[in-house]
Amino acid sequence: MRPILLQGHERSLTQIKFNREGDLLFSCSKDHTINVWYTHNGERLGTYDGHNGTVWTIDVDSQSRFLVSGSADNTMRLWEVQTGKCLFYWEFPTAVKRVAFSEDDDQIVCITEQRMGYQGAVRIFNINRDGDGTQRESEKMNEMGGKRTDDRIESKEPASMFNPIGSKAVVCAFAHTPDLILTGHESGKVALFDSKTGEEVLSNEHAHRDVVTDLQMSPDRTYFITSSKDKTARLHETRTLTVLKTYTTETPLNSAALAPNKPYVLLGGGQDAMSVTTTSLRQGKFETRFWHKVFEEEVGRVKGHFGPVNTIAVSPKGDCYASGGEDGFIRVHHFDESYFRAKPYGDLEIED
Amino acid sequence: MAPNGVNGVVPDDEGIDYSDIEAKYQVEYDEGLDNILIVDGVPVIDKSKLEKLLQKISKDFSRKGCPIKPENINVPWDDAKGKSKGYIFMEFKNADDANRALATMNGHPFDAKHTFYINRFTDFERYLNMDETYHEPPPEEYKPKEHLRAWLADPQGRDQYATYRGDEVEIHWHGKPSQCEVAYSKLNWTDLYVSWSPMGTYMATLHRQGVRLWGGPSWEPIQRFAHPLVKLIDFSPNEQYLVTWSYDPIVVREGAEQGPQYFSPEDEGNNIAVWDIKTGHLLRTFPSVYPEGDEAKKQMQWPALKWSPDDKFVARVTPGQQISVYELPGMHLQGKKSIKIEGVVDFEWRPIGDKDREEMEKENKPAANGAPAKQKKVRENMLAYWTPEVQNQPARVTLMNFPGREILRQKNLFNVTECKLYWQNQGDFLCVKVDRHTKTKKSIFCNLEIFRVREKDFPVEIVELKDTVTDFSWEPKGERFALISSNDPNLGNPGPGITIKTEVSFYQLDRTKGDFKLLKTLPARTSNTVRWSPRGRHVVLATVGSSSKSELEFWDLDFNTDETRREGAPWGSGIQHLGTADHYALTDAEWDPSGRYLATSASAWRHTLENGYAIWDFRGQELEKHILDRFKQFLWRPRPPTLLTKEQQRQIRRNLKEYSRVFDEEDAAEESNVSAELIAHRKRLVDEWNAWRLRCKEQLEEDRRKRGKKAEPAKPAPEEEEKEEIEVWVDEVIEQIEEEVAE
Repeated sequence: MRPILLQGHERSLTQIKFNREGDLLFSCSKDHTINVWYTHNGERLGTYDGHNGTVWTIDVDSQSRFLVSGSADNTMRLWEVQTGKCLFYWEFPTAVKRVAFSEDDDQIVCITEQRMGYQGAVRIFNINRDGDGTQRESEKMNEMGGKRTDDRIESKEPASMFNPIGSKAVVCAFAHTPDLILTGHESGKVALFDSKTGEEVLSNEHAHRDVVTDLQMSPDRTYFITSSKDKTARLHETRTLTVLKTYTTETPLNSAALAPNKPYVLLGGGQDAMSVTTTSLRQGKFETRFWHKVFEEEVGRVKGHFGPVNTIAVSPKGDCYASGGEDGFIRVHHFDESYFRAKPYGDLEIED
Repeated sequence: MAPNGVNGVVPDDEGIDYSDIEAKYQVEYDEGLDNILIVDGVPVIDKSKLEKLLQKISKDFSRKGCPIKPENINVPWDDAKGKSKGYIFMEFKNADDANRALATMNGHPFDAKHTFYINRFTDFERYLNMDETYHEPPPEEYKPKEHLRAWLADPQGRDQYATYRGDEVEIHWHGKPSQCEVAYSKLNWTDLYVSWSPMGTYMATLHRQGVRLWGGPSWEPIQRFAHPLVKLIDFSPNEQYLVTWSYDPIVVREGAEQGPQYFSPEDEGNNIAVWDIKTGHLLRTFPSVYPEGDEAKKQMQWPALKWSPDDKFVARVTPGQQISVYELPGMHLQGKKSIKIEGVVDFEWRPIGDKDREEMEKENKPAANGAPAKQKKVRENMLAYWTPEVQNQPARVTLMNFPGREILRQKNLFNVTECKLYWQNQGDFLCVKVDRHTKTKKSIFCNLEIFRVREKDFPVEIVELKDTVTDFSWEPKGERFALISSNDPNLGNPGPGITIKTEVSFYQLDRTKGDFKLLKTLPARTSNTVRWSPRGRHVVLATVGSSSKSELEFWDLDFNTDETRREGAPWGSGIQHLGTADHYALTDAEWDPSGRYLATSASAWRHTLENGYAIWDFRGQELEKHILDRFKQFLWRPRPPTLLTKEQQRQIRRNLKEYSRVFDEEDAAEESNVSAELIAHRKRLVDEWNAWRLRCKEQLEEDRRKRGKKAEPAKPAPEEEEKEEIEVWVDEVIEQIEEEVAE
């Protein structure tokens, strides 16, 4: 499994995302840029320039048409994937820490940080998908005789907004139904919120003992995996928030991903970036760990990064995965033939 | 408790007459004689000595914190004989005082022949007025007590260990991989740490209020010792007594509980307490002593009290002056005086070996032919101590027997910086590690003075070494020792990242010559710790407490020779390196009591890197490894000495093959069992998972329908991606040179 090393960022990676087909890989970093890469050869396709601060988070819709990004410059931007144009941006009082598309691409959820006297907020925006996306606001305005129409541009105002009380929300996603938002919190809490009323529908206060660092949904959104600084990753049922599986490692985790079609989960993390210089490399534990999803056993590790792994994504096709590190590199690994043939646990058929 | 003034004696009531109120409420106290005690066991005297006796008694009572005036003592007289009757009445100010006097003075040894026995006057009355007819008491229901050594009867013969992690203490069984399990666990069991008694019978936990002992298979509380803010504890070798120490001096507060289990005012200011484990009674307290010398080095020695191996004596050293030996269980100074030794620094009791134990047993058993066991004199203990050089006096190591206090052997030493005494655990040899300095006092080298204690006149042999010896240890029950020496210039000034280079050497007694000879030296190591297996033969060298090195080396010292035929083989041929292992950042290494396994741990008390523990077999194969956050302590549960006689042990060793066959069969059966179990377990997990997934999918479908959406085409059919292979030829002209070729 020879990795492709993507060297396009000057600072540490914050999030990486595959598109639905798995042929494109989007990455964002603290160096203010967003890159898009061809998965199969690691060639850089282009960048999305415009953010003026650390880009904390990105998400791409299922048609690879729109890309949404959230940044420390207090804006969330909508990009056209194909051209790299910034279609729209929203401005907030604080940094945007997490964005996510809904399953049908109609909505975006975002989390803004609690800072400078502003409460942390979860906002949901409706996305106007009419048109072919090639027509831009200015052109449109020309066409219409300089008169703006609302169906062309996005709405500045969120469809709904709420402030989760208690511990800060740090990660979020749409749950199995679009009217529920799943959040992970600094205290280790995982909760479901009603997307319209902002009411907390369900919560598991002690899902983790420390801050939740990542949350990734299964393809059908019926379950999800969270990683935490408490050195564990957990698999939860979305409907009930019950913990199904726990994967306990010996290092703080920054990211956890589910491998489609194979019963594995991928965990990444390592010593805090802050304490890296004071600890030796062998303690860093900068490997990506593969765990068996059902048996909760570690099955393998992939080395490579020389800083903590900040983010992991698996291609929805299940044929490759990528990890982005504090070291500023992305490593794309295409699974070997043997990965697909291997039956390490006999002939047991495991549903995805 | 009776309130003050109940008996009409109202000391500070400013003359207000309460008598009517008192009369009204006094009913529950019959006759108001609660303040009167009867003291029995008083010497029978005649009139002339009365005054002296009363004064002595009142002085004794006052000294123990229960002042009584002679005029409050009433001595009944037998007028016919003109002598006292041997008991007296005492009237205290109030019932509280009387109770305290009863608690502290009951059983007080007045002199060699007389011991006080105290009763309440009211009790006496009550017993007198007792119903003479006998009522059979209802038989108390028999509650079988748990066997404190039940863990030894484990059918699989497993050992136990305790771990302390976070707030949780766990007791584990350790055996074959399939038999390892948690036997018991409890949150917040201890506030500081846990400790086993030397034979493993009790587990001690330390709390703010004091020490608690636990035992038996269900870990019932067995005993408690109220020593607030206790920090250190030490058991006597036979688990009869416990010594506790707290940094904070004992304070007895007003209204504190009283009784033999509690501190009394006379203990105030002391730090060390000695307790009887079975009764829970406090025996005596001491202040802590700090060694003489500069302030920086002032560190208390622990254990501060050293027990003789038979639990009969306990001794403490007052540096520079004396060794005080106390006799158990009374805790009185043996012979009423300490052993005065000018300049004494340290001492050690000689341990009892198996040989001594056998002899003792023989003596105790009456001979088979019916002849009465001959009354031999009491077995003498032995202790070794050393005194440093003072002016023209050389330094000196002395062996003394006790209670005989007879000096058995003395050895003078010169140019001594420091001595350390190491007894072999059978008491066969005493090694005195002498750190010596050259004339210029610039460099330090080392001598080992080895006393062969079992031989006549205690011959001493000297092993001279050029380097500084950092660690020394005897092989248990053996005639070998290992030492770690170093000439690293960094020795003595440790710093982060500095790993001291060391050498490990093994020595063995050459029986033909009777002296110790070098077996083998392992150069260029970093090991700083030697751990002998408790059975001897196997030894582990470890690099402990270093951040860069953490090697474990497993050695066998009798690899190719049978234990019984060691002589014939060439010198040092039996040493074999069995394996090397690594436990990152380990802080402790400990053999299990059977000498088959080694446990290493990295404790969060020292650092926070990869805390946890690992268990290895004697060859260095890793059996278990657990990396656990906030892991603090790993402790094997010790075992008491075997009950099998030498003959029985020999028998077992002879029939080892037969036993092992049975065990092999068991192992094989179990192995197949385990793998079958694992497969079944996995199958169950997968079945559960699949069933759950199916339910999820159904529900999802339903939800979608409800929302009025088309039943989503769950997945785009995994269409085969069209792959087109394009071959591109790239011609790149690197350089074109036109050459004219001259014809």
